[in-house]
Amino acid sequence: MTPPLNPYFRFDTMVVGSANRLAVTAARAVAETPGAVYNPLFIYAKPGLGKTHLLMAIGHGAKAIDPALSVEYLTLDHFIEAFHAAIASGQGEAYRRRFVDVALLLVDDVQFLTGQREAQAELLRIVDAMQTASRQIVLTSDRPPSEIEALDERLIRRFAGGLVIDIAPPDYETKVAILRRKADERRVSFASGVLEAVARLGLDNVRELVGALNRLIAHQAAGDEVPVERIPGLLGGAAGEEGPAPADGTASDPRSAPAASRERASAAPAEEAGPPRDEFGDFLSDISATLHQQIEAWRGKVAAAILRWGGEGYRTARLEALLEGELARDPEEALREFEVDARQLDALRAEAEQVAPALAGSPVFRDPGDVAAAETLLEQVKDGAHPPPAPSPLWRLETVVEAAGNRVALQAALAVVAEPGQKYNPLVVVGGSGVGKTHVLHGIGNALAARGLRVACLGAEEFTGELIEAIDRDAVPQWRKRYRLADALLLDDVHMLAEKSRSQDELFLLFNHFQESGRQMVFSSAVALSQLGGVESRLLTRLEGGLVAELPAPDREIRQRVADRLLTEKVPEVDPEVAAYVASRPAESVRAVSGLVQRVLSAAEAQQAKVTASFARTVLEGTAARPTARRATAPRSSGLVAPGPGGGGVRSREKMVLDWPDIGDRLIEEWR
Amino acid sequence: MSLVNFAAREITCKIVYYGPGRSGKTTNLQYIFGRVPESRRGRMVSLATRTDRTLFFDFLPLDLGSISGFATKFQLYTVPGQSYYASTRRLVLQGADGVVFVADSQARRLEDNVESLQDLQTNLLEQGADVRHLPIVFQYNKQDLPRDLILTPEELDESLNFRTVPSLSADALHGGGVFETLKAISESVLRRLAAGGTPA
Repeated sequence: MTPPLNPYFRFDTMVVGSANRLAVTAARAVAETPGAVYNPLFIYAKPGLGKTHLLMAIGHGAKAIDPALSVEYLTLDHFIEAFHAAIASGQGEAYRRRFVDVALLLVDDVQFLTGQREAQAELLRIVDAMQTASRQIVLTSDRPPSEIEALDERLIRRFAGGLVIDIAPPDYETKVAILRRKADERRVSFASGVLEAVARLGLDNVRELVGALNRLIAHQAAGDEVPVERIPGLLGGAAGEEGPAPADGTASDPRSAPAASRERASAAPAEEAGPPRDEFGDFLSDISATLHQQIEAWRGKVAAAILRWGGEGYRTARLEALLEGELARDPEEALREFEVDARQLDALRAEAEQVAPALAGSPVFRDPGDVAAAETLLEQVKDGAHPPPAPSPLWRLETVVEAAGNRVALQAALAVVAEPGQKYNPLVVVGGSGVGKTHVLHGIGNALAARGLRVACLGAEEFTGELIEAIDRDAVPQWRKRYRLADALLLDDVHMLAEKSRSQDELFLLFNHFQESGRQMVFSSAVALSQLGGVESRLLTRLEGGLVAELPAPDREIRQRVADRLLTEKVPEVDPEVAAYVASRPAESVRAVSGLVQRVLSAAEAQQAKVTASFARTVLEGTAARPTARRATAPRSSGLVAPGPGGGGVRSREKMVLDWPDIGDRLIEEWR
Repeated sequence: MSLVNFAAREITCKIVYYGPGRSGKTTNLQYIFGRVPESRRGRMVSLATRTDRTLFFDFLPLDLGSISGFATKFQLYTVPGQSYYASTRRLVLQGADGVVFVADSQARRLEDNVESLQDLQTNLLEQGADVRHLPIVFQYNKQDLPRDLILTPEELDESLNFRTVPSLSADALHGGGVFETLKAISESVLRRLAAGGTPA
């Protein structure tokens, strides 16, 4: 019963000029926060100036922000018709309830409230109810509320209580802009000055303007290049006429009014006195408008489908290509096929979810353009052969800063990559938090993958999580198979397996399988193996049987090179003194060095300052920015004294925080 | 027939003027022919007897040029109204995207109108066309004749237009209502495009 929103009537398709700027701004505000500003919003303008366009744009705009928002558009005709039908069938209360859940109600053409007392009373009730519940109502009319004949005074007051705003006829520039946009949409170009001449014709109604443009398009399509000087002659009649048929096809549908068409037809015999009419030109103009409207409807359908499927998380490249290709194939058929493929993906995904829930989120199940890939993946899932987690592409061995402290570990990593499974199997990288274990592990993984090996690279917690899921689904054999098919197993944070006996059992089995078949394994642990409790000795001894390489906390050389690399990535011409200064700061891990560099860079960006050693010192030590009052009242003597780049010692703020000024701060820190 | 060829970016509409003999179908086409610039029309093929009655059928191709990127062509056909050309009518009707039923408004021809309409219905059903959804427009021709000889459009609606499709009065000889009819049927046909084959 309620007409749908015309997909073309959006904010981005509206030409904004001085005449409608205020109304459009208010409309946008309402669309962005329905019910919060200008409630009700009452827009009035003469016919053909874009009231309905703006009204529907509010609906589209609000929906774009919150797709779940309940938006209802109706013309007053619909409103009254439905109201009378409801009253006649004794369903008046049900009719009122219909609007209870509407968050944004758009009512078009309320000028027809004239003489409709019951409808006015009903509308008043609805406006009151919606305002009370902070739900938005927007109305349009061809005249201000005060000029709607016999309109209830209370309604006028309600409307005035929100915002009543008008749209004036477009000025010359806006008219030209409208004509250019319409011509672009129709993919027609005119000789220079033609559209400007049309804009000067004195047609204030946008529909008339579009009608005139239709005539021009028809003439041009006939092969006649229309010169500027012929415009007034060709279209001059249009300015004085009632206006050609509206381009939106809302009127003049003979289907709805055969009698009216008949009268019109018989009242205009071709042999009437006056200048001969260009009947074919008129016909062509009308047909062009109708066809354009149909093609826009198609495009609208495809655009709506893109929004819908995109909103559901599907890749819509195929439909976007349809729009870009100017509908090079039947859109109905393309939309049907897309839906069939999307539904098929849903079924495949549901099936995959049964076997491997983690895979249900795979983007492969969201691309209707490649259903075959989803089918292949499902087959692999069923077969237990879908790829295990891969190493993160962010971490590469080449970006690990080599120094004396980590040379052994790095050389071992390179040897593993050069001869997987041959030299150090397993390789166990041990080191504290943030020293780069994960970086090295994934770096090895990426290097092995680059050699064409199937690499399973994951954290111990993920390993346990997957196992629990597999047990839950009674699919442990498939889960095992998935890993056994890999060429290399890289397990991060193996210390996290402590006290997890089932995970350890599975890892033990996998370990043996990999070792027997000479396939590479790499582990990392934040705890030295000798201190690793809660891990069965059969597994521990196997880990110790390979090469255990330690990644120590970064020494000053590493810190400087890391800082230098991070700095030069962002500021190519940076003074080497900055890296030297950052390296002088105490940092237990590479991650901490990275944090220091980030602090300096962010501050430089925020203050638009040049990155220098003294600036870095100001940022990291806060000597200039930090008020010293507190320090004066609570002097502290603890903290490391590190040599600064300019000689002399600087106090380390990082360490000072261990010395709490009062018991309150200390308690807060304890609880954190 | 295929209305829209997306690959070739072409829209072709076949419109058939149907009705009893001497109701004015060919006159409609001749008037249109006379008003269409030469560059836009093909050769009108008209096979007529010596008494100007359509023997086979008339065919008028119209090239509307490129509209919204689609080369748009209309093909207008008439059928021979005489009852004994039934097979020709069936042939011409095949693949029609829209039908204009040209009724003779003269009271004495009412039976002929009804008979021709039934014939149209039968032929469409035989061809498996969806009669409820096929765009049809009624044209009540010869409304210029003296009132006592003709039925009013309301009376003709009552007798013929039971599906309440658009109906238009016409005086095809002088062109009254000819283009209005063509426009009405064309719009009905085009509106079906984006409606996915259902009536707009």
